[in-house]
This record gives sequence, structure tokens and C-alpha cells, in this order.
Amino acid sequence: MIKVIDISKSFGEKKVLDKARLTINDGETFLIIGRSGAGKTVLLRSIIGLIKPDSGKILIDNEDITYLDKSRLNKIRKKIGVVFQGNALFDFLTVEENVGFMFYQHSNLSREVIREKVRETLELVGMRDIEDLYPYELSGGMKKRVAVARAIIYHPKVVIYDEPTTGVDPIAVDKIASLIEDLHRKLSTTSIIVTHDLHVGLKLADRLAFLLGGKIIFEGSQEELKNLKDERIIQFMKGSSEGPIKETEV
Amino acid sequence: MGIIKRIESFFNYVGNLNIFVKDIFFWLFSGKRNIKNLVREIAFIGIDSFGLVSLISFFVGIIIAFQTAYQLRIFSSEIYIASLVALSLTRELGPVLGALIVAARSGASITAQLGAMKISEQVDALDIMGVEPINYLVVPKFISLVVSMPILVIYADFLGIIGGYIVGATKFAIPFHFYFKMTFDALVYKDIVSGMLKSVCFGAIIAFISCFEGFRPFSSSDVAKVVTNSVVRSFILIIIFDSIMTAFFYFIFI
Ligand SMILES: Nc1ncnc2c1ncn2[C@@H]1O[C@H](COP(=O)(O)OP(=O)(O)O)[C@@H](O)[C@H]1O
Ligand SMILES: [Mg+2]
Repeated sequence: MIKVIDISKSFGEKKVLDKARLTINDGETFLIIGRSGAGKTVLLRSIIGLIKPDSGKILIDNEDITYLDKSRLNKIRKKIGVVFQGNALFDFLTVEENVGFMFYQHSNLSREVIREKVRETLELVGMRDIEDLYPYELSGGMKKRVAVARAIIYHPKVVIYDEPTTGVDPIAVDKIASLIEDLHRKLSTTSIIVTHDLHVGLKLADRLAFLLGGKIIFEGSQEELKNLKDERIIQFMKGSSEGPIKETEV
Repeated sequence: MGIIKRIESFFNYVGNLNIFVKDIFFWLFSGKRNIKNLVREIAFIGIDSFGLVSLISFFVGIIIAFQTAYQLRIFSSEIYIASLVALSLTRELGPVLGALIVAARSGASITAQLGAMKISEQVDALDIMGVEPINYLVVPKFISLVVSMPILVIYADFLGIIGGYIVGATKFAIPFHFYFKMTFDALVYKDIVSGMLKSVCFGAIIAFISCFEGFRPFSSSDVAKVVTNSVVRSFILIIIFDSIMTAFFYFIFI
């Protein structure tokens, strides 16, 4: 279980998170939505300990990661796989070296064994025979799949997807969505999806949270969302420019 | 920006750079290294700056030879151009020019490369997979720069001396063996050592600044800015440390 308790984070004058709080239960698909620039990535980065919040804390399986030393933090991070927004594949390494990176760095497994694991994982995300290519030789959708493979190869309990469908062409969007759904079932992970794309998000989510102005203004199931009378959320759902959320507000 | 803000941000910068350098030294002695990759990086940096270093040091050798000949003419002792070319190159110009070239070539490309990795979140990807970015990305660059700088500088000194010889031979008909005897008679152990110490120090400065700047951008619009910063700040520090070290060698080792 992941608990985000009242975290705040500012960059210079700018307050990006303002006492944000949410709870993500084991095994669910949790959606975090908000406009671009709302601070979704900053929230994710705080959850994996890449950013230290100015105040508040983050509990992962009841352990506060906010002030952990690096080696304890790395232990907890092994429970989490992250698919970054731009994939963040290492461009100087092959697909095999990217996907098998964890094992090449932290295990004494032989190259053959790692290669086999990489092959299996690539198969799981629907790809084969691309082990020796470099990331720049792949299409956008393929890169995303490789990034997913790299995140799940060590069987993390939680997989985080930051804007998984942004910058992917429309046909690939649905495929990525079904891949996420498929993996969620097969690996029985907790999946956290961050997006501003409601269409995809709502198809997958068990529960969701809505980030606006640095605060979580809604957290709950899709049912609860539908019954909600919050003007700001209704505006966002309709994708309308008319309403309480102004262009200048994030 | 107000003056107070500027001073504040300057000290902030120095403080963060200081932590960064400490981290580099920590990982330098505790991380595992892949020798093959290191050799490749060293070769890479060498090759990167090879052409420019050759060109510039050769012509600087020629220029110093003419300049000194012009002044030595008063005493009709043009024969000493060999010694003066050798001394100015090994003690001063070889290390400084070499460092400026490497800062502009390799320093800039290191900053751009790390900056691109930073904004595409590759640095974060390393971090969350339990690989320390400083150890994995920065320390190899540090080692390569510190090793390749002195090699490049020896090469630059050598080419500059050849340039000086061409002037000596063609204009003043100084015989080959005599020119080189004058060169090596003038050079004593400490000239070479001080030149090498400088080049190692400059290599480290370039590594610190270019990697530190490379880790700073958080959006693609920052990359051009940090690359410029990287080159300019390296230049400034190289010149400052050069004066400090020159004075130091002058007073301490005489
Ligand atoms: N390292 C940083 N330094 C300064 N500002 C940052 C940093 N990271 C994010 N921000 C700012 O925080 C805000 C939220 O960013 P982000 O979380 O990336 O938004 P999004 O919801 O689109 O993922 C943006 O305005 C961004 O400019
Ligand atoms: Mg984002």
C-alpha cells in the first residue's frame, strides 16, 4: 500500500504540490489525472524518492521513504517499476542491455540467462527479435513496450506509468492501453497510471485521483466520480474551456 | 536579478558544486570500473581534440619562435629561441591551450550528452534502478579527462617544438641536433612536472564543470544554456587556477 500524506513541494516561488494526499491499495489500477503542468510527474517522482518533498511523508508498505538513506531506499525501489514519460531508454545501450539492465548491474547471472529473461519479457509485451537493436531504431510504440519490459523484468509489486499514451499515435494508444491491462492481470501488480487522457484512463482505472492546484481535489471510484457535483471536475471531464478552471490556472 | 540574489545564487552554486565534487571522489574510490569502457572514453576524448590541438599548438610554436626571435635579435642570440619555445610551451601554453580546447570540444559535448540524458529522464532511470548516476556516468568522464589531458599536452608541447624548429631551421639555419639540444638543455624536470600537474588539474576542472552543468537542466530549453555555461565557466576556472599554480610553482619550486 502506498500512502501519500500531505506532501508539499515548491520550486523557487512556485508551489507545485500543496498538501497532496492519497492512498493506493495493493492490486488496484490507480489513475492520477490532472492538466499538464499540474504536478503529476512531481507527485510520481516524490513517490519513488527522486524528489524530496518540502513537507509531508510517503509511506510504502508502512515504511516512510522520505528520509531513508540510499541503500534502504534502493531496497524499497525494487518493489517499483517505472515507465517514464519519454521512456528514458539508455540510448547508448541495446534493447537487450536496456531491458536486462537491472540484472546486468545487480546480479551475477550469466549473459545467456539474462538474455533468456529479456526474451521472455519482450514476448510478454508483444515483441521479439529486437534484442540487438538500439532504441533509436525503434518506433514510438515499440520504445514504449521496451520501456515497459525494462520496468517489469524484475517483477515489481507496483508499476508506475507516466503518461503512457502521450506522444504515441492513435492506433498504438489502444494497444498500449490493452497491454497495461493485460500485464496488470498477468503479473497481478498494483498499477499507477498518470495521464491527462481521460479516455484511456477511465477504461483502466479501479480508482482515481484528481490533481488540481497542487491538491488532490477528488479521490475515489469511478462511480463516486460520476455522482460528483464538482464543477471543476465536470469541466475537465467534458474537456470544456468554459468553467471554473481558467487557462492560467494549473 | 538583484545583487543580493546574485551573490546568494553564486554561493549556492559553489556549495552544490562542492557536494558534487565530493561525491565524485567518494565514488572514484568505492565504485567498480569497467577498464575497457574507460580506455574507450579516454581514446574518445583524445580523438575529439586531436585535430585542433595539433593545429593550434603547431602554429603557436611558430608564433612564439618568431616573437622571441624578434626580441632576441637585439642581443643577436636567436639561437635561444629553442629554449624559450620549449619553456613557454611546457610550463604554460601547452597545458592552458590544451585545456581550453578540451573544454570547448569534450567539455561541451559531455554537458550536452548528460543534459540530454537528464531531460529524457535517463538519469532518473539509473537512479531508481539502484545505479548511482555519478558513479556510472560522471566518474568515467573524470578519469578519462584526468588521464587524457596530460597525454594531449605532451603531444601539444611536442608539436609546438616542431613548429618552433621549422622557424629556427628555415629562418635562422639552426641545425636539427643543435635545436633539440637547446630544447632539452633548457627543460628541467620541474618544468615538465609543473606542466603535467597543471594539465591534470585542468582535466579535473573540465570534468567537474561539464558534468555538473550537464546534470542541471530540467527542460530542453535549458540545454543550450548549460552548454554555454559549461564552456565559459571552465575557461574562467582554468585561467584562475593557472595563475594560482604558476605563482605557486614560481615561489615554492622556484
Ligand atoms: N526540477 C524542477 N525545477 C523547477 N521546476 C520544476 C521542476 N520539475 C517540475 N517543475 C515544475 O513543476 C510544474 C509541474 O510539473 P510536472 O509535474 O512535470 O507536470 P505534469 O503534471 O505535466 O507532469 C511545472 O510547472 C514544472 O515547470
Ligand atoms: Mg508529466
